[in-house]
Amino acid sequence: MSAFVNHFLFEFRTGIRNKNLLMLNHLFPLGFYAMMGLIMTEINPGFVATMIPAMVVFAILSGMMLGLPAPLVAAREAGIFRSYKVNGVPPFSILIIPALTTILHTTVVAVVIIATAPPFFDAPLPVSWPGFAVTFLAAAFSCAGLGVLIGVISSSSRITVLWSQLIYLPSMMLGGMMLPHELLPEAMGKVAQLLPATQAMNAFRGLAYGLTADFDPWGSLIVLLASGVLEFGLAIYLFNWDRHNTTQRGHPLLALLALLPYIVGMLLLS
Amino acid sequence: MNDTVIQVRDFRKIYGDVVAVDGISFEVQRGEIFGLLGPNGAGKTSTLECLEGLRTPDGGSLRVMGINPTRQSRKLCHVIGVQLQSSGLPDNICVDEAMKFFCAYHGVAPRYDLLDRLGLAEKRNAQYHQLSAGLQRRLALALAVAHDPPVLFLDEPTAGLDVPSRVELHSLMRELQAAGTTVILATHDMAEAEEMADRVAILLRGKIVATGTPLELTATGAGLTKVSVRTKGASLFSPGVTFPAVSQQGFKDEYAIYFSTDIGPTVAAIISFLEAQEDTLIDLRVERPSLEDRFLEITRTEATNTGGAP
Repeated sequence: MSAFVNHFLFEFRTGIRNKNLLMLNHLFPLGFYAMMGLIMTEINPGFVATMIPAMVVFAILSGMMLGLPAPLVAAREAGIFRSYKVNGVPPFSILIIPALTTILHTTVVAVVIIATAPPFFDAPLPVSWPGFAVTFLAAAFSCAGLGVLIGVISSSSRITVLWSQLIYLPSMMLGGMMLPHELLPEAMGKVAQLLPATQAMNAFRGLAYGLTADFDPWGSLIVLLASGVLEFGLAIYLFNWDRHNTTQRGHPLLALLALLPYIVGMLLLS
Repeated sequence: MNDTVIQVRDFRKIYGDVVAVDGISFEVQRGEIFGLLGPNGAGKTSTLECLEGLRTPDGGSLRVMGINPTRQSRKLCHVIGVQLQSSGLPDNICVDEAMKFFCAYHGVAPRYDLLDRLGLAEKRNAQYHQLSAGLQRRLALALAVAHDPPVLFLDEPTAGLDVPSRVELHSLMRELQAAGTTVILATHDMAEAEEMADRVAILLRGKIVATGTPLELTATGAGLTKVSVRTKGASLFSPGVTFPAVSQQGFKDEYAIYFSTDIGPTVAAIISFLEAQEDTLIDLRVERPSLEDRFLEITRTEATNTGGAP
């Protein structure tokens, strides 16, 4: 078995063994889904139309923004990366494998949501499965890149939480999951386009559900993919073996370049 | 054939304003166990970490098996085994998994036999965080040697180990040495260094202040050998009794204790004296200075010369 596959299987098992990761990857999104299914469908019947993509995006955010960065920072702080370095584990594996396993955990959650939302909450299924799959993968890829980048640039575990919440909380409020994007004030709607959740929800509406997208859904897909590539590239470039995170190749502010596709999307997509 | 495995030339390491290592040079030959000794902050770990490719030197040159650790870290990792001071493994990794994980990256078959040998047989399915500190260090050691590296770096390898584990580790080090492995041992444990190392270098404030075999180092100090004598009578306790080459003397319990600069004349004179006094010798112990004594002497001398703590 290759080192990569072996490493992948270990990380996947860690996502279940580690109680925090199990909570963020599986229990929290599924619990939230059950709660929203029971409450929101009563309060806002319109929520059901995009319940599946909204809950899938929530699962992505939970796994990638809250679950992915902290273990990377903790591992660096505990000297695990140093141990990896002297044993030939490359930065590519250290960053890509946790992202891939988190995407796999999120896929399991997405399957559970897709399988249970129609019978329990009368949520409609996608009209285009390829559109759904591509959007899901692009959103997961982009958010995983962002999570990994936060893990790489954060100077400590405490800072990691701040960076993660900076994306997570606005995404919950403005990302189109709870409240349709069209209901946001125009300026707020534009700002919301800087969030991966907004782009993901827009792509799901247009490409998977055949609903009217708020802006070009293909553009959203491109923004998600481009940002994912940029985020992973920056994460590998800025990666640091040192536990104190003091000898990065570039300044951590370089990570802001990851926003570039979102800014371009905000300016061009309408 | 050149048997120099490690070559350090004018190596410097600086952290901000602090010079951690100040232009040291040494070489280690194939199959040697080389001890790096020194108090905390002497520069041992900085030296090891630069040789292991974990840190970048600020001056001089370092070579491990002809490899530049800074520029060729990918090549370096397959020729070195490293037991870091802090083991650095994921909390949730099982003992077996860790062996499989690192061996896969080195491209070798997992060495589960090492786990059995180092007393981890019962813990193979335990997760890292469930192991005691001693077991964690044993696992780190097993992982460091699993790919049979020609050079092994051990940073405080016996810290936290019980006596049987220390004995097992020392036996393993001897076996590896016999097979041609070069071992660099950084330790505070002078007894361990004296027992295991073929040569040692003593670092103080980033400089090598003494180097040689443990015997050479102990022989080059003030060289006061302790002679403890117990007799049936009290002839040695009489006032004014002294012997050749004795620089200090005293009494403890029922023993007369002498510190001699030349052991031969001192012991001969003591025995002659006892015969002349018709006293009976019960016990006579000669203790040469240990590496620890020599180390303390060097650190005190350096502290006196520089007017600071060692």
